[in-house]
Amino acid sequence: MDEITKVVRDYIVREYLEEDDERTITDTTPLISGGIVDSFSMVSLLRFIEKKYSIDIPDQCATPEAFDTVERIVELVRRFQKAEVTKS
Amino acid sequence: MSFVDTVRHRYQTDLEGIKAAGLFKGERYIHSPQSSEIEVEFPVGSAVRKCINVCANNYLGLSSHPEVVAAAHAGLDTRGYGMSSVRFICGTQDIHRELENRLTAFLGTEDTLLFPSCMDANAGFFEACLNEQDVMIADRLVHASIVDGMRLCKAMQDTYKHSDMGHLEEKLQEHQDKRSRMVITDGVFSMDGDTARMADIVALAEKYNAMVFLDDSHATGFMGKTGRGTHEHCGVFGKIDVITTTLGKALGGASGGCVSGRRELVELCRQRARPYLFSNAVAPVIVAGALKVMDLIGASTDRRDKLEWNARYWRGLLKEAGLDLKEGDTPIVPVMLYDAKLSQDFARDLFDEGVYAVGFFFPVVPKGQARIRTQLSAAHEKHHLDAAAEAFKKVGKKHGILGLGRKELMARAVA
Repeated sequence: MDEITKVVRDYIVREYLEEDDERTITDTTPLISGGIVDSFSMVSLLRFIEKKYSIDIPDQCATPEAFDTVERIVELVRRFQKAEVTKS
Repeated sequence: MSFVDTVRHRYQTDLEGIKAAGLFKGERYIHSPQSSEIEVEFPVGSAVRKCINVCANNYLGLSSHPEVVAAAHAGLDTRGYGMSSVRFICGTQDIHRELENRLTAFLGTEDTLLFPSCMDANAGFFEACLNEQDVMIADRLVHASIVDGMRLCKAMQDTYKHSDMGHLEEKLQEHQDKRSRMVITDGVFSMDGDTARMADIVALAEKYNAMVFLDDSHATGFMGKTGRGTHEHCGVFGKIDVITTTLGKALGGASGGCVSGRRELVELCRQRARPYLFSNAVAPVIVAGALKVMDLIGASTDRRDKLEWNARYWRGLLKEAGLDLKEGDTPIVPVMLYDAKLSQDFARDLFDEGVYAVGFFFPVVPKGQARIRTQLSAAHEKHHLDAAAEAFKKVGKKHGILGLGRKELMARAVA
């Protein structure tokens, strides 16, 4: 597992699952459509990855669809990391 | 005309989708005043039948109380029907201010401002009092109206796991760089019926220099020894910065709500809160009825005491019957079914047994968490509760769910 995937998944487990929650979060577990993360509490996940990876994700890209799986979140991080490198 | 056939067809398809998912809500028509027993037409076009109501927010049984009704009549005669104005233009009567002062004294705050509803109070408060320099930290199960109000505000948003004080403390530590922090919670959570840990929240707020916002709509009038709310219940009366609550539940059940708290915050709402500035004043008839409610609950705790007994008794009956309940110490007692269709069938069968209850399912509660939310009232007598519990037992037996725990019920659920 690559580092970004691990960091994102660990954050989701810590931030959104209760201690006695037996669910496993895989790369493709539906987070928002599956009711693990709701759109109201999604903001802290967005803020976490922006701060962690020093990226800025515009509102139109920070959609429930883009945040629905670990895989998609990692894609988003990589996309905006590239954009930051290009800018600089 | 823009509602052409293609547009109409699109919306019809959306509605069919809701029905196909088993998530369509229908209305039932009540032909009597709100009370522990009501007369109901269901399905539409059927003969009206009497049934025991176990799903109203009529916690103190005051929704149709003769003294409240008489006071409302008197209010119509002395102050008229409607103000035809927002408050700040020509919509404020002396009785509006009188009610605000009564609520201030009852809730233990510095000032109060009425709104057309608590939904409006929650919609208006955050935007009026916080900005991008601040952070709002809300319990994840706060009422939908609070979520909507927070979304209207430019302050940063964050959330903590439901009633998890460790997680709240982490968030308060994380946001020490903001100008202000505001912890936001319901007092009694409307879907689960549990109570916020207000003493812990207030202690953390003091430790980390945060304000506390409490929506006490499902608590005002009956939680705490004298019914002042969750803050009294938890021993932190007088320590809450902002309380919003409703007149549409225990306090008469008509409509209206308020923001009550630190005088500067309330005054800012008076100056800036959009629902206050742009929506009609609470009608005089409602204010008059609410003033009588304040007289009644101030004179005696009999009603909240009876409600407390009723809730304890009801919970015992349902547990004995083998139903899966959410734990709690409030008059909200959810019977967990987890499956949306089951909750609707169960409610339908209860109605056939003379009990009025409604299935709650997505989006009102999370997917897979469907339930029948029962609510007690001081208007319930013991024979109502005994009869209603028998109905739950009979219907529970029919659906084969008695004695099943959460895991077994969830395994059977499809939605």
